[in-house]
Amino acid sequence: MPISRRVFTIAMLLGAAALAGCSGGGKDQDGKIVLLNVSYDPTRELYKEVNAGFANKWKAEHGQDVTFKMSHGGSGKQSRSVIDGLEADVVTLALAYDIDAIAAKPGLLDAAWQTRLPDNSSPYTSTIVFLVRKGNPKGIKDWGDLVKPGVKVITPNPKTSGGARWNFLAAWAYGRKAGGSDAAAEAYVSKLLANVPVLDSGARGATTTFAERNIGDVLLAWENEAYLASKEIGAGKFEVVVPSISILAEPPVAVVDANVKKHKTGEIAKAYLDYLYTPEAQDMIARNFYRPRDPQVAARYAGTFPKLNLVTIDQEFGGWKAAQATYFADGAKFDSIFAKIRR
Amino acid sequence: MRNGATSESRLARATIMTLGLGFLGLFLVMPLLVVFAQALASGIGAYADAVLEPDALAAMKLTLTVAAISVPLNIAFGVAAAWAITKFDFPGKSILITFIDLPFSVSPVVSGLIYVLLFGAQGWLGPWLAEHDVQIIFAVPGIVLATVFVTFPFVARELIPLMAEQGRDDEEAALSLGASGWQAFWHATLPNIRWGLLYGVLLCNARAMGEFGAVSVVSGHIRGETNTMPLHVEILYNEYNFVAAFAVASLLALLALVTLVLKSFLEWRYDYHGKGTGH
Repeated sequence: MPISRRVFTIAMLLGAAALAGCSGGGKDQDGKIVLLNVSYDPTRELYKEVNAGFANKWKAEHGQDVTFKMSHGGSGKQSRSVIDGLEADVVTLALAYDIDAIAAKPGLLDAAWQTRLPDNSSPYTSTIVFLVRKGNPKGIKDWGDLVKPGVKVITPNPKTSGGARWNFLAAWAYGRKAGGSDAAAEAYVSKLLANVPVLDSGARGATTTFAERNIGDVLLAWENEAYLASKEIGAGKFEVVVPSISILAEPPVAVVDANVKKHKTGEIAKAYLDYLYTPEAQDMIARNFYRPRDPQVAARYAGTFPKLNLVTIDQEFGGWKAAQATYFADGAKFDSIFAKIRR
Repeated sequence: MRNGATSESRLARATIMTLGLGFLGLFLVMPLLVVFAQALASGIGAYADAVLEPDALAAMKLTLTVAAISVPLNIAFGVAAAWAITKFDFPGKSILITFIDLPFSVSPVVSGLIYVLLFGAQGWLGPWLAEHDVQIIFAVPGIVLATVFVTFPFVARELIPLMAEQGRDDEEAALSLGASGWQAFWHATLPNIRWGLLYGVLLCNARAMGEFGAVSVVSGHIRGETNTMPLHVEILYNEYNFVAAFAVASLLALLALVTLVLKSFLEWRYDYHGKGTGH
């Protein structure tokens, strides 16, 4: 009967589709090398440039074509996806804690991953700055101005956003320094969070809320995100304000051992991450408003990145694991402060 | 004779109509216009560029592929389920009916997560799948599974009341005249349900192409590979690429409009057919 033959054909097609679904890196049908880079939200523009640069370099040196697949999203969510089987050859996330989470699963990634590359495996750094509206109508100069009555602060939710956790800790570091104690810091952060009208789930969402939807007087943002937003959304509509103190953010990168072994891409994945430390890539990094590690490149872009007092997560908060447990775990500082504000 | 509902004063009627139409305009027509206005904000050239960009084309291809796989599957499942429920009596029938409705009552995020928990690397079947080098989550099969799940009720829900109303007389007549079960289905049941079936397929297709939540969970968001159109719209929007985001969104909106027109047509045919031939 023709019907059953048709049903059979459909079943065959479905089977073929199921088998064809391979989403990791490795070699595609034409023998071209494919690398999957799973990254966080604000790095889209940066890696577009870096990928093109590396592909040219690799082609010139090895005669092979390499294409990149990119996946972007909130850092924590991306880490979760890699743990659940998204076959990333390399991960380039917002904070070490999210790569530690991958390393905590047996067999995926060496626990000592952060020592495998220079500078804590962070080829670039960034910090948290303020983005205000043109002319700075609320006169915001430093952290102290954010808790004044009537100032609306936009920052994403630290429970879901890596960037928001950096914001929170930078504010905490200021409160601690200004008041001299953790109690003073908590009082300061409570007042700050009370001035937040919307908690977006990610850094990009918060930027869009501030810049596109025109909500709030000041956005706490990654330095690169603040410059990008003022360049892309409206030149001359915003101003970047650099506070007296902030936090040194070190977004780390790592080759995911189990996946490159499976895809046989270990060598090229490592070369790709090494490339990030070359002067050529460091220049792209600076052009995309991340702070470069290379001192010569940094000197060239000194005008873009003003010097400020930067605390580090390790010195100020005892590393990410401790900070996560003290401030962001369920029932920890952020939850208790937030519950008090909403009461 | 006029009944109570239509004997309201002129003022009351005008107020109610204004409210209804105003609501429709504010919450449906205006957003739709905004989508097209934003999409064409930088001219038709920018619109064409955005729609013909390789990642956008890949997203369209993926969306069409997913619909092309999941809609036929749901036709088969839906017809089989409705047939079983309305033409036979068996224990557990009411449980089956409840389960068919499950995807409507479960949040799409959960619909996606169940597949991650089943087929993800840390999931129940994860180790076995990894050993056999089969990728389900963060690849096309996972997207198809999630889409099949969320669209499952559309066909079955449409057919069950229709087939229940029609009863078993036609099939029993066919069987008593010596038809095989397959012939009874093909020549007696199918002609009776075709408009209802088409209607269900249409709704199923619209949801399959538009689904965001469940697909977002299992997609992995790999550009040009596992981004469906709704996911691609979000990504473009987050890249400050508003014209492109709304250009792709306008294609989805156009799809919705086509669906509406077809739906109205089917409703008209369906009605006409139901009344015209009767049972």
